[in-house]
Amino acid sequence: MRLEVDILGKTFTSAAGGTHEVLAPVKFSLGAGEVGVLIGPSGCGKSTMLRIILGLDRDFRGDIRRPPNARIGMVFQEPRLLPWRSVEQNVRLAAPEVDDVKLSELFKILELEAHRSHYPGELSLGLARRVALARAFAVEPDLLVLDEPLASLDDALAGRLREEIATLVASRPVMTLLVTHSLDDAVRLGDRLFFLSPRPARMLAEVPIGIPRGARGEAEIAAIKAGLVRRTQGERAGRDVS
Amino acid sequence: MLRLVSFALFLAIWWIAALFVGGAKLPSPPAVLNVMIAEAASGALFLHLGATLARVILAFVLAMSLGSAIGYLMGRNRLADRLGDPWLILLLNLPALVVIVLAYIWAGLTEAAAIAAIAINKLPTAVVTLREGTRALDRSLDEMATVFAMSRWRTFRHVVLPQLAPYVAAAARSGLSLVWKIVLVAELLGRPNGVGFEIGVAFQLFDTPRLLAYSLTFAAVVLVIETLLVQPFETRSTRWRPRAA
Repeated sequence: MRLEVDILGKTFTSAAGGTHEVLAPVKFSLGAGEVGVLIGPSGCGKSTMLRIILGLDRDFRGDIRRPPNARIGMVFQEPRLLPWRSVEQNVRLAAPEVDDVKLSELFKILELEAHRSHYPGELSLGLARRVALARAFAVEPDLLVLDEPLASLDDALAGRLREEIATLVASRPVMTLLVTHSLDDAVRLGDRLFFLSPRPARMLAEVPIGIPRGARGEAEIAAIKAGLVRRTQGERAGRDVS
Repeated sequence: MLRLVSFALFLAIWWIAALFVGGAKLPSPPAVLNVMIAEAASGALFLHLGATLARVILAFVLAMSLGSAIGYLMGRNRLADRLGDPWLILLLNLPALVVIVLAYIWAGLTEAAAIAAIAINKLPTAVVTLREGTRALDRSLDEMATVFAMSRWRTFRHVVLPQLAPYVAAAARSGLSLVWKIVLVAELLGRPNGVGFEIGVAFQLFDTPRLLAYSLTFAAVVLVIETLLVQPFETRSTRWRPRAA
């Protein structure tokens, strides 16, 4: 089971009639059980890339190979819950096959038990994000896509949710694609990091992390991060000279 | 409680006005009530009300289902929208009387002609409202449904329909009031029964108490249906929204 992404480019025609290059050639692949992290500055085209990978946007040049009939679990940047359905219904609608035990377990991990019958309008953003996570995991996806799932949450909550995501991702072998602009999230959750350039996005570097996710302590994480920072600064310096 | 006070005030004004104007032009509430009771006792009141209600229901259901389907199609499909738009503008602005008279001429003074004519009058407003609702559908939720591979029916039932419900309620609301108004004209012009027919008879005889008896009973029925059916549906379809202060 493999996800192969080979985008040659995407142009976007604005309302004013001008055309913009949104994506430059980007190529990478992801195997089962791997967590790939797309890191890039805001507005570089990450979300566009995700839409292409998910098959929502077919107007591009290139080729995407998803495993046939792959079940997709997605956490959008905004929670995108159905406001007229309760928390539990929201999850069950996306994952009709989920059994009660599994659902209870998910709600327990994400601390949503008390909110099962609440409507999304009654939830804080942090809670709504967790419901979106529960929904994505309830489908038992083959491909899990997380689009900045921790953006605009306070550090403490983001840290706890990150732990929860790590637990859930580790619980079954699933191809995971995480989009973030936090190096910290990337280093804690990812197996392979894909650094993207500003718009039009192209691949700057692909960095595998050797130490398995579970074995990374705070010291290792700090070391990896320091290495990455040195590396990106080096690249930047190199570009300035040329 | 406030409603009762408001109703009592209405009765009081009517009664006082009746005293000033005189019974021939504006009969007092008890006089009208007497006619109502007499008509109800003979069964005529229920017969005519029933006939009118049956026409309202048939025309309303026909116009709402057809109008919603066409409106949804026009909101989703550009070609359908461009093809249908001139028709829509024509129908929207065609006077009800023209449609009714033409229907009776072309299809005869039949029940089908009456119901079709009423439905055609209501149809374009339902189409316009539902088209607007369809255009306002949240695409991000559509994408969510696509990504999670929700079936077409499931998406329609849980993603699309709840978004359209307020528009359906609005169309039903305005549509019902339109149908109430037009049905009487259609009956007056070409039906041998119904509230509209009775009002026509009362007009020819200048029988004001009879006219008022029928119109007020009819208004009462409209009010009951609005409060017992239309408003609860509206409340239900929007119950997930935070209440307005």
